[in-house]
Amino acid sequence: MTTPLTQGRISEEIAERREAYTKAVTVGAPERSHPDRGYAPYRSSVLRHPGKPLVALHDPEAVELSGPVFGVTDVTALDHDLTRQHQGEPLGERIKVTGRVLDRDGRPVRGQLVEVWQANASGRYAHQRDDHPAPLDPNFTGVGRCLTDDQGAYEFVTVKPGAYPWRNHVNAWRPAHIHFSLFGNAFTQRLITQMYFPGDPLLAYDPILQSVTDDSARERLVAAYDHDLSTPEWSLGYRWDIVLDGPAATWIEEGR
Amino acid sequence: MSTTPSQTVGPFYGYALPFAKGGEIAPAGHPDALAVHGYVYDGAGAPVPDALIEIWQPAPDGSRRGAPGSLRRDPVTGAVIGRSDVGFTGFGRVGTDADGHYELRTMPPGGVPYLSVIVFARGLLHHLHTRIYLPGLTDTVTDPLLAGLEPERRATLLAVAHGERLHRFDIRLQGDAEHEETVFLAFD
Ligand SMILES: [Fe+2]
Repeated sequence: MTTPLTQGRISEEIAERREAYTKAVTVGAPERSHPDRGYAPYRSSVLRHPGKPLVALHDPEAVELSGPVFGVTDVTALDHDLTRQHQGEPLGERIKVTGRVLDRDGRPVRGQLVEVWQANASGRYAHQRDDHPAPLDPNFTGVGRCLTDDQGAYEFVTVKPGAYPWRNHVNAWRPAHIHFSLFGNAFTQRLITQMYFPGDPLLAYDPILQSVTDDSARERLVAAYDHDLSTPEWSLGYRWDIVLDGPAATWIEEGR
Repeated sequence: MSTTPSQTVGPFYGYALPFAKGGEIAPAGHPDALAVHGYVYDGAGAPVPDALIEIWQPAPDGSRRGAPGSLRRDPVTGAVIGRSDVGFTGFGRVGTDADGHYELRTMPPGGVPYLSVIVFARGLLHHLHTRIYLPGLTDTVTDPLLAGLEPERRATLLAVAHGERLHRFDIRLQGDAEHEETVFLAFD
């Protein structure tokens, strides 16, 4: 009989990986924003990451330095409001999530597609394969889209997602999060990530968030509660800015 | 500026990201369209049923400007109705099925011999870039990427032609005893 994999064991592994990273940086290794793809505390990564180093490509003609474009035909006016996609209103704490999408030089990413998906207030996805025995909400699907504006800003109205269990180890719970998908002006800037909520006690236990071993990088995945974004008698506000990694060709920036 | 870290796409993107006709990049019924299909495998050689593949490529005339409308919507119902046959978006997105299989239909890319690919998957904390090189268009000696690779590594980027317009391209996220791992790319 195998011993059950406990949170204690996973938390030890998380601490080991973080210490190893901090030590490496102290002796001169570069700081890293992104997780190591082979991050064993997240067990599903073990067989799903390359064992060989990536091949660095420095080609100014690479197609990846340009990228797809989206427009008003790709979104409808209601797509950004996840609380208005059904006959009735979803249950849960109504929130507004807004922020800006920037490139790594701090320039706004304009007119690009932002997609989100999330669990409902009870921690259940409207997905066939989610068998968590928490209630589905007939008034909530949890999918949204919008285009960034001229300042690179996006905005969604939704409900705060619930935490949910998963099977990485015994008693594993994902902290509340919203999945985000982002496009820059180049395919190299593509990003899929997750936004977390400040003060969530589950953040420290979660091997997916903790796969980001750099403390300040990890904090960049946590939104800020912004009281000025809260609407009286209506909703709470969170602010979360996103900075895309990766280069873009200069020629494509000219025309945009 | 300090960049926002990547996180896995997770297991539940399936009702959010794939869209109707996401793999139909070519105009319907176009005689020059080509099909690419294949499997995504993990390091144990098992198919990956929850991977998401995105394609970006120049139009047949070589334009890299793209066009909006990959997720073109019906203004009344809001449903995704697929691309119009006017304007080549160059963008496609398909999930793997329960067998780890994907397929797409597109036009030959203008000016380059490859389709740019991003792979997302549950278990993959940060997406991977690779390329599907089309055998009829590719010169392995002059291509700046292929020329620098060992033959067995290079082979992982070359689609295999089955007939004139059908190509097979498998993606191995991790090599195993018998199979070479797909070459993945870093841009900086
Ligand atoms: Fe999730």
